[in-house]
Amino acid sequence: MANVIATKKEPLLRIAKRDSMPFWQSLVIRIISIVLALVVCGVVIYLLIKVNPLEVYKSMVEGAFGSFKEDYKFFNRRTWITIRDTMMLLCIAVGLAPAFKMRFWNIGAEGQILMGGVATAACMIYLKNLPPVLLFVCMFLASVLAGAIWSFLPALFKAKWNTNETLFTLMMNYVAIQLTSFFVALWENPIGSNTVGIINPTGHEGWFPPVFGLDYMMNVIVVMTITVGMFIYLKYSKQGYEIAVVGDSENTARYAGINVKKVIIRTMLISGAICGLSGFVAVSGASHTISTSTAGGRGFTAIIVAWLAKFNTFTMILISLLLVFLDKGAIEIASKYDLNDYVSSMITGIILFFILGSEFFINYRMIFRRSHKEVQ
Amino acid sequence: MNNDLAVLLKDITKTFGKKVVANKDVTLGIKKGEILSLLGENGSGKTTLMNMLAGIYYPDSGHIFVDVNDSGLNEVSISSPKDAYALGIGMIHQHFKLVDVFTAVENVALGLDKSIAFNKKQIAQDIKAICDKYGFKVDPNKKVYNMSVSEKQTLEIVKALYRGANILILDEPTAVLTPQETDMLFAVMRNMKEDGKSIIIITHKLNEVLEISDRVSILRKGEYVGTVDTKEASVEILTEMMVGQKVTLEIDRKEPQNTKPRLIVSNLTCVNKYGVKALDDVSFIANSGEILGIAGISGSGQKELLEAIAGLQETASGSSIKYVTPENETDIVQLIGKNALQIKNLGVALSFVPEDRLGMGLVGSMGMSDNMMLRSYRKGFVFTERKGPKNLANKVKDELEVVTPSITTPVRKLSGGNVQKVLVGREIAAAPTVLMTAYAVRGLDVNTSYTIYNLLNEQKEKGVAVIYVGEDLDVLLALADRILVLCDGKLNGIVDARTTTKEEIGLLMTHLREEEKIDG
Repeated sequence: MANVIATKKEPLLRIAKRDSMPFWQSLVIRIISIVLALVVCGVVIYLLIKVNPLEVYKSMVEGAFGSFKEDYKFFNRRTWITIRDTMMLLCIAVGLAPAFKMRFWNIGAEGQILMGGVATAACMIYLKNLPPVLLFVCMFLASVLAGAIWSFLPALFKAKWNTNETLFTLMMNYVAIQLTSFFVALWENPIGSNTVGIINPTGHEGWFPPVFGLDYMMNVIVVMTITVGMFIYLKYSKQGYEIAVVGDSENTARYAGINVKKVIIRTMLISGAICGLSGFVAVSGASHTISTSTAGGRGFTAIIVAWLAKFNTFTMILISLLLVFLDKGAIEIASKYDLNDYVSSMITGIILFFILGSEFFINYRMIFRRSHKEVQ
Repeated sequence: MNNDLAVLLKDITKTFGKKVVANKDVTLGIKKGEILSLLGENGSGKTTLMNMLAGIYYPDSGHIFVDVNDSGLNEVSISSPKDAYALGIGMIHQHFKLVDVFTAVENVALGLDKSIAFNKKQIAQDIKAICDKYGFKVDPNKKVYNMSVSEKQTLEIVKALYRGANILILDEPTAVLTPQETDMLFAVMRNMKEDGKSIIIITHKLNEVLEISDRVSILRKGEYVGTVDTKEASVEILTEMMVGQKVTLEIDRKEPQNTKPRLIVSNLTCVNKYGVKALDDVSFIANSGEILGIAGISGSGQKELLEAIAGLQETASGSSIKYVTPENETDIVQLIGKNALQIKNLGVALSFVPEDRLGMGLVGSMGMSDNMMLRSYRKGFVFTERKGPKNLANKVKDELEVVTPSITTPVRKLSGGNVQKVLVGREIAAAPTVLMTAYAVRGLDVNTSYTIYNLLNEQKEKGVAVIYVGEDLDVLLALADRILVLCDGKLNGIVDARTTTKEEIGLLMTHLREEEKIDG
């Protein structure tokens, strides 16, 4: 056999799935992706505004953790605001975790937060004369209930008639926004401002009290408790096991004698309740007011957090912090170098792109064309 | 015979990940105008090898040549099914690649060049010409969802021929066919061969290999073992080449001892979501200490039957499934209208190995350990108890030789045979009084299959009522005590497995008997 006629070449690049990868290796890939993201951002920043990228990164860090002066203290006001916002985002992501683990696409966190916030504000306005402990119990229950109702409706329809939960939860957001507008108009203060203003500015009734003299310590305590609790619930409880089974295959769940409808409704009640609780934390622990932007898109950002963390609530802490840090840093450089908001969105986008891209390299490997040997 | 090769695969290696070597240095030639059987156990890499010829996978190393003759050879690179068709290679996969809501013509038109694709009349005529030439029967305007499995398969072959395939690869074509349909398929295969087409048939059924092929090539664990001319081959030679060592293919079937009615099924009717009766007025008794085989073409109601007993299937009124408690035979429990949990809570020890292992029997994303507690996780207060399932997982792993990196590795990542062992192991460990298995050995190699048969026989000897839904009639005849044959959702007869023949069962599977005969 002679005359080999090569008619076609092997494709230049092929993609194949990997086996599982050791942890350190995936960690290295992730770190490389962040370094690459910073380099690309640096190039982009330099091309746009001709500023030393290292200066820009320093500003980003300062934006999130305060400016580095001689008497720098780590726990300054900016750091605390970063921590507060991280806790807020984390709380919502933790709320979404059980629903997503069950493969129930709850994209209605936004509405659930708003309803929780409205319920909290209502308690602060109408029940401010109650003893503080009782007031907090009322606020807690009202916010949890409001969030749970907002998630119960889509869950019920899903369980009973198999409606599409994505559309349903999304539409519930708009209802919540309209309802919030209504209450903002109702509680308008001062009249004509079209805002509610700070609720109970003098007596601070229904505000989270400072713990150890720290304004946002209470937020940390509440949210971390829920985070740890959710980790244990999903990993070790029978209900957590049921959620995982239903999420993997409803048929397997029925085979195991699990009441799928019950699990869907119960899980969504928990998910909505925690999102409602986020509204409580947002109003009582942070803004002390209510507006249609109380949720501020965090209900959607939290979806990214939950997915990137693969529903591990402890990983969510890191990811929430990263996203809040990027946000704060981007705002800082936008104002410092007199740029508009789009630059900050760009930087956040570039960094997220690289982080998400690293997942691809963790799960797949590339095979390049080899040099062909001659066939005898 | 012409010694020119239509295709030559040389030193082909394909791995998945680091550990799974699907093919290793395989060299294989297919002559022009021959039927070549590619024989090997499940998991021996037959389908993977052929997928590389069909452009589904790309080899890690090795070469593919076409039109190999004394004057030269053409090296080709096949990186998509389109490339394969350009070279005249067409593959009929085990899972048909047809669009259900399209007609036969539309399915053939799909993916053709635009100019022809919309001329349905022309395509219909061409299909008819192909059918007449080789003896196919295809109704060009029938929608795929109205077709039987055999019709779908025929359509797939016609589709490949329409696209100019000269080399046809059939992946386990007979697995879904009745003996009669298989004969028809073999007839058209011979016609195609006469016409000069090369045909590769992937199979692990030895009798079919001997019947249809000119040569047999054997793969074992991804490696090429050898090729023999069929006229010089025998079942013994082929088995030895396939398995590597001589295996005793005897199932040790004991006479049933001390049988008593355990499940009394009467007038069981199930209506599926299209309003069609998937099961129609089925009555039978499953006895303790006996293996009741269930035969039928796939989709004849086997799934519904088992799921109705397991409490997973809605049943029509009038249906009755009575469970006779072993301890006290006057204590009879009605299972109709109860779900899986209620049945379990009634103390009915029912084990069920469903057909869809990862979609129903196991949780793919969990490890062996977590899967062991699927049926028992309710023990304990609020939190799950983990120690018992972990021990059980280790026990099943050792006893059934499950190959897995660890008992926490998601079972989705295990091979089909190992997944099945996990499932069967768990269900038997539950100490059932009724054990139902659907296609328990599908995808298992010969040795593992026999392990499973032995386990089932052990259960039978322990007095368990075993219900075995199978597709391999030879196994059903050797394993079961009685065989219940379903045809189109109806009970078409219960025969004694020791005296019946394959032909009788084949006939019962395809031809509904007259009503009065069943009664009589």
